[in-house]
Amino acid sequence: MLLIACPWCGERDETEFHYGGQAHVAYPADPEALTDAEWAEYVFVRENPKGPFAERWSHAAGCRRWFNVIRHTVTHEILAVYPAGRPEPVIA
Amino acid sequence: MSHELPEHPDWLWRTPDPKPAYDVVIVGAGGHGLATAYYLARNHGITNVAVLERGWLAGGNMARNTTIIRSNYLCDASAAIYEHALKLWETLPDELEYDFLFSQRGVLNLAHTLQDVREGTRRVNANRLGGVDAEWLDPDEVRAFCPIVNTSPDVRHPVLGATLQPRAGIAKHDHVAWALARKADAYGVDLIQNCEVTGFVRDGDRVVGVETTRGRIGAGQVALAAAGHTSTLADLLGLRLPLQSHPLQALVSELLQPVHPTVVMSNHVHVYVSQAHKGELVMGAGIDSYNGYGQRGSFHQIEHQMAAALELFPIFARAHVLRTWGGIVDVTPDASPIIGTTPIDGLYLNCGWGTGGFKATPASGWVYAHTIATGTPHPLNEPFALERFTTGALIDEHGAAAVAH
Repeated sequence: MLLIACPWCGERDETEFHYGGQAHVAYPADPEALTDAEWAEYVFVRENPKGPFAERWSHAAGCRRWFNVIRHTVTHEILAVYPAGRPEPVIA
Repeated sequence: MSHELPEHPDWLWRTPDPKPAYDVVIVGAGGHGLATAYYLARNHGITNVAVLERGWLAGGNMARNTTIIRSNYLCDASAAIYEHALKLWETLPDELEYDFLFSQRGVLNLAHTLQDVREGTRRVNANRLGGVDAEWLDPDEVRAFCPIVNTSPDVRHPVLGATLQPRAGIAKHDHVAWALARKADAYGVDLIQNCEVTGFVRDGDRVVGVETTRGRIGAGQVALAAAGHTSTLADLLGLRLPLQSHPLQALVSELLQPVHPTVVMSNHVHVYVSQAHKGELVMGAGIDSYNGYGQRGSFHQIEHQMAAALELFPIFARAHVLRTWGGIVDVTPDASPIIGTTPIDGLYLNCGWGTGGFKATPASGWVYAHTIATGTPHPLNEPFALERFTTGALIDEHGAAAVAH
């Protein structure tokens, strides 16, 4: 079970949260110009790294706000927690 | 000399050093990789084949699943490939000359809501139209078929009925792998363990070999069968895939006398339970929501599945958990596998089985071998091409997979 530090509520059990997948996936700037392959990439393809991963979580059973987490996908160590909309911090 | 230990049995396969090159290099010596090698040799006469495994043979998801075999999927494309697998399972023990304890004890998929009843009856009709055995049971019939299921109407999620596939069942997973490995080896396939693929050798647009921890190995064709680690391999080639890797946990109880005559699955309260030949209750539930490669999952998933199991089977209340474990499953956006060619010449893809990999093992190997040998998909894996994410011809098996993705 993960212990996740909500930026607004503090550390809570994973069961209070909803997972939202990869963070920083921007809606296409010029949707009309996208080919089918580019749409497929935007809709279906996400990073799947074995290591640090910037992902979204929502504190569904708490403040209900979305925020971003950088978590190591092997060790589950949480390397950073930061509000949605902020740039991805550099993990040394 | 009565104190002398018995002689060690013959190994089931050789442990050769890798040759400089093969016609086909398969990455991953799990069930699918081994079945592919076996059918490349048996069906297509291609025996200059290596199966590379970074750990030990069949030590990944093949060693970590709940061994359930069934073909009662909803979509035609899925039911067809899983039914092909089930037919192969029925003849494989004789063909491989190895008893892997395939037991056709049936599978019940329980319905707890009106929507479950509608989904179940629809799937029974779809299965029958597709030539897959399927029946609808009312609660009394469920109790008759599996007397330990609690069919009382007074529980929170009463059993309103169930689908039954009588030909479904379980098999001894390790023995399946060993049986396939032994026959593939006998055809001359090299099974090479402790050999991790660290890169690919390219000649222009074509893959012509792999870099490994045991050196460079040339290949006419490279076939990935690496389950949860497929996208980490594809990343080395700059090939981005619609895959997310998640932990999927299972657990077994201590050994009990035979009490559980069939496989019972419940998507609504979410647990699946069978009893292994040796006596353990084998249980699983859904994947963890987050991406992970740690081969363990969250404890709350275990709590959920135990609570579901106890509601369905009150007699399990005093059974002890013996051990829990996790595998890493690669999940696609439509909960269906990807099997076929790739935009890179010489590279083939068999991945995205999610939670359905074990039951598909022989059919997966059959169609993958066909695709590699001929360069074109078998009719059964044609719908499972990577291109479907661009064309939109998805095979959406989320609900019918009976496991939440």
